[in-house]
Amino acid sequence: MITKRIIPCLDVRNGRVVKGVNFQGLQDVDSPVALGKYYSDSGADELVFYDITASYEDRALFTDILTEVARTIFIPLTVGGGINTVDDFDRVLKCGADKVSVNSGAIRDPSLVREAALKYGDQCVVLSADIKRVDGFFCVFARGGRENTGMEAIDWIKRCVANGAGEVVVNSIDTDGVKGGFDLEMLQAVCDAVKVPVIASGGAGSQADFVELFRKVPAVDAGLAASVFHFGQIAIPELKRCLRDNNINVRL
Amino acid sequence: MIAVVDYGVGNLFSLCSSLRAIGAEAVVTNEKSVLRSADKIILPGVGAFGDAAEKLREQGIDSLLTEQAAQGREILGICLGMQLLFESSEEYGFHRGLGLLKGRVVAMEGRLPPELKIPHIGWNALRFRRDHRLLRYIHDGDCVYFVHSFYAEDCSDSLVAAAEYGREITAIVGSGNVMGCQFHPEKSGGVGLNILRAFCEETA
Repeated sequence: MITKRIIPCLDVRNGRVVKGVNFQGLQDVDSPVALGKYYSDSGADELVFYDITASYEDRALFTDILTEVARTIFIPLTVGGGINTVDDFDRVLKCGADKVSVNSGAIRDPSLVREAALKYGDQCVVLSADIKRVDGFFCVFARGGRENTGMEAIDWIKRCVANGAGEVVVNSIDTDGVKGGFDLEMLQAVCDAVKVPVIASGGAGSQADFVELFRKVPAVDAGLAASVFHFGQIAIPELKRCLRDNNINVRL
Repeated sequence: MIAVVDYGVGNLFSLCSSLRAIGAEAVVTNEKSVLRSADKIILPGVGAFGDAAEKLREQGIDSLLTEQAAQGREILGICLGMQLLFESSEEYGFHRGLGLLKGRVVAMEGRLPPELKIPHIGWNALRFRRDHRLLRYIHDGDCVYFVHSFYAEDCSDSLVAAAEYGREITAIVGSGNVMGCQFHPEKSGGVGLNILRAFCEETA
């Protein structure tokens, strides 16, 4: 059977890897190329490369570095950040990305998911949703978690999947950066609503958090994290052995 | 020299990087003279079967592949490229394939237990069904990366390895000089590179 995936995320700014806590207080970590290779060699099942810079000049730098990362690693590579048009899809796919993740771009232009899925296939389009509880409802946030769109998250995700999103990354703003575990309640709600693969993001602090994720929400396909991998709090080979010892099917 | 067939379907960036990484000399081309002079041919592909088959026909690459296969040239189909080697596909209607391998391509929809997600996306273990040179540097149980909603069946003649996903899913096929992988070796880490290495190396 298919294995559960472990996905390190590289947040890239000015060509360097950064990671914020609750999206603030960014800190420089390492070169994206070196870190990507390191993760690939240590058993990461996939890599997410996230461009958190917005300016045009930075974008050119980003595509150079993306191409270099794509040349160096031989596992699936997803790219996100600043994807607003089908041309943006084209640009990063030509640099060697396998999948493209859309977030605010899809909120601004709801036809983006459908257009991209028609052109590149559903498997290429990943919907990434930043979700936070507001008055007891799951709300979709835009612009890196800064702006409440007022949209109910489960409806939004269902709509995007119907339009052709082939995977969904659920990033809980409530648990992101806190390292107290994934947002199991939110993840279960999304898994109940859609049949495409669901990737859990936000909250990983220990190996036990990943064990709990896959045990309690078995429909989740993958766990994504950034800082716990960057700062060496969790080593991917050890994490995978720990998951296997807990009877969770992983690639070793 | 390994020729990678460029017929306007899918992204060849990773495949070319992988071939470079194993030291194979690869040329991306749709020129028949180059394809004819190659030591081996790789037929990649992502997307819909009908479109891809049509593109091969438009460019006359279908008959070239049939001719080269008959002359004993080694051909490796990857993902949709593997599916195209079979006789037919039922993806959005009925489409004829190259017919270099016996079997047909069918939808997972309706043939898998309902709780399983379609497409079959992710890393799954290879289960060897018989010995084959593509398996030379890998082991039974090694994982490779799949992304597909259709699979080949009625192909027991050429089945080399399968993956388990609610049912047996054809993963590697080989019959004489014609071979194929349903998964993406160029996205399957060291295991994938070792499969490409086994294909690309000189055959004794």
